[in-house]
Amino acid sequence: MREVAIVSFAQSRHARRDLRNEVEILLPVVQEAVQRSGVERPFDFTCSGSTDFLQGQPFAFVLALDAAGAWPPIAESHVEMDGAWALYEAWVKIQTGQAETALVYSFGKSSPGDLPEVLSRQLDPYVVAPLWPDSVSLAALQARAWLEKSGRSERDLAAVAARSRRDAKGNPHATVAGDFAIDDLLDAPYLASPLRKHDCAPISDGAAALVLVAGDRARQVCERPAWIRGIDHRADLHALGARDLTRSASTRIAGEKAGVARRPVDVAELHAPFTHQEYILREALGLAEDTQINPSGGALAANPMMVAGLIRIGEAARRIHDGSARRTVAHATSGPCLQQNLVCVLEGE
Amino acid sequence: MSDAERKPVRSIQTPMRLTYHYTAGIATSRFLHGIAEGRILGQRCPVCTKVYVPPRGSCPRCAVATEEEVHVSDRGTILTFAIVRVPSENLDVPLPFACVHVLLDGADVPFFSVVQGCPLDEVRIGMRVAAAWVEPDRLAPTLQSIRWFEPTGEPDVPFDQLREHL
Ligand SMILES: [Zn+2]
Repeated sequence: MREVAIVSFAQSRHARRDLRNEVEILLPVVQEAVQRSGVERPFDFTCSGSTDFLQGQPFAFVLALDAAGAWPPIAESHVEMDGAWALYEAWVKIQTGQAETALVYSFGKSSPGDLPEVLSRQLDPYVVAPLWPDSVSLAALQARAWLEKSGRSERDLAAVAARSRRDAKGNPHATVAGDFAIDDLLDAPYLASPLRKHDCAPISDGAAALVLVAGDRARQVCERPAWIRGIDHRADLHALGARDLTRSASTRIAGEKAGVARRPVDVAELHAPFTHQEYILREALGLAEDTQINPSGGALAANPMMVAGLIRIGEAARRIHDGSARRTVAHATSGPCLQQNLVCVLEGE
Repeated sequence: MSDAERKPVRSIQTPMRLTYHYTAGIATSRFLHGIAEGRILGQRCPVCTKVYVPPRGSCPRCAVATEEEVHVSDRGTILTFAIVRVPSENLDVPLPFACVHVLLDGADVPFFSVVQGCPLDEVRIGMRVAAAWVEPDRLAPTLQSIRWFEPTGEPDVPFDQLREHL
């Protein structure tokens, strides 16, 4: 396996509503990631993740290429997925030997549409999507089943929200941050019981970018490269009724394949857009009690769609870049109720 | 009834409506506000100095943000054209018509529009044209504020002077 490292990462300030177009949001982020990488353009490969359904603008991903430095024409690809899967494609491209450097970015502008309604369009178009099950209601079905099975309470869910928002006070990119008392959170009305607003990730517009470099070249351009020591992604059945919603088999297998349990994990950045999902993911990955979870505040602090998974990887890499962690785990999810999951293990040297 | 006797289900109805509140972005919004005032605004790239109209806030060649706003003329030169004889349901222009790339004076990339006001066989590369705006009280932040371009009667620009913009 070829050694590949994340050598730089940048993200936007994720606002509830950003009036800039996708290129205006993306350009400063890509520039920052490129400058910090110490790698000169053009990159051997560029890969992005986004979906035009979010902003209702066809071919937004093509327009966004203006931010990538696509002239003279570059080797480029796009996934209709979170940017974490674009990173996976870039990593594979480097494994094949066709590239030594890669730029990975993603953007998401959810504010023009009604996000929970838009997300219902990813479901079975004949027998499920016509019923318009929105993303919050589906997550609530999962949360109810998980509470019943685990014996946990809505207070445990609120505790995740309070901790995430408190940690996000140190994250200048967060959409939601601050000190919230659990009792106050529990006073709020339900959106779809058992979920309240604090149990759901905020709607955010934003972008992120990072640079991958192979082998010794990564050591030359970066003081502490974040080496990708394991990466894998899996999907659960798309039919929600055919799944055990209280656990995440795809995360468990991806975590095993990525080698999460091989050594202790200092920090885990888990892409849990709903509070109960953090517990499901922790269990699936077998994380120890002393692993710090989502010091960035996680998706509950900022959740630009198609970006929040890539941000988890970037945040996990950042802890290695700054020397505060030796081994980190990042997780990204896509689809309803944690349907698709990617796990990435990063290590310093 | 067996499956063989039943007719296959050939259609189902699944009404779908998503509403988006789209905004044009910072650079394009400034451009469209300019159009509503009867002015055409471009942006200059700080690296290659090219002036983009309409601007999108970036230079796609250099991958840098464009911030310097530049007034460009509503007159220009035809860089290339096509005489369109196929109808489009969405276009309210009588057939045939000439669609053109107009290089506005002061801009470096051509502007897409249509030409009216002369016989179509006179439309040519190098021809000078000017924007025909709607009545001042009908100006709005939309490209429909420019009805079309029409010939100015100025002498043609020699092809050699246009070569680098083609
Ligand atoms: Zn330029």
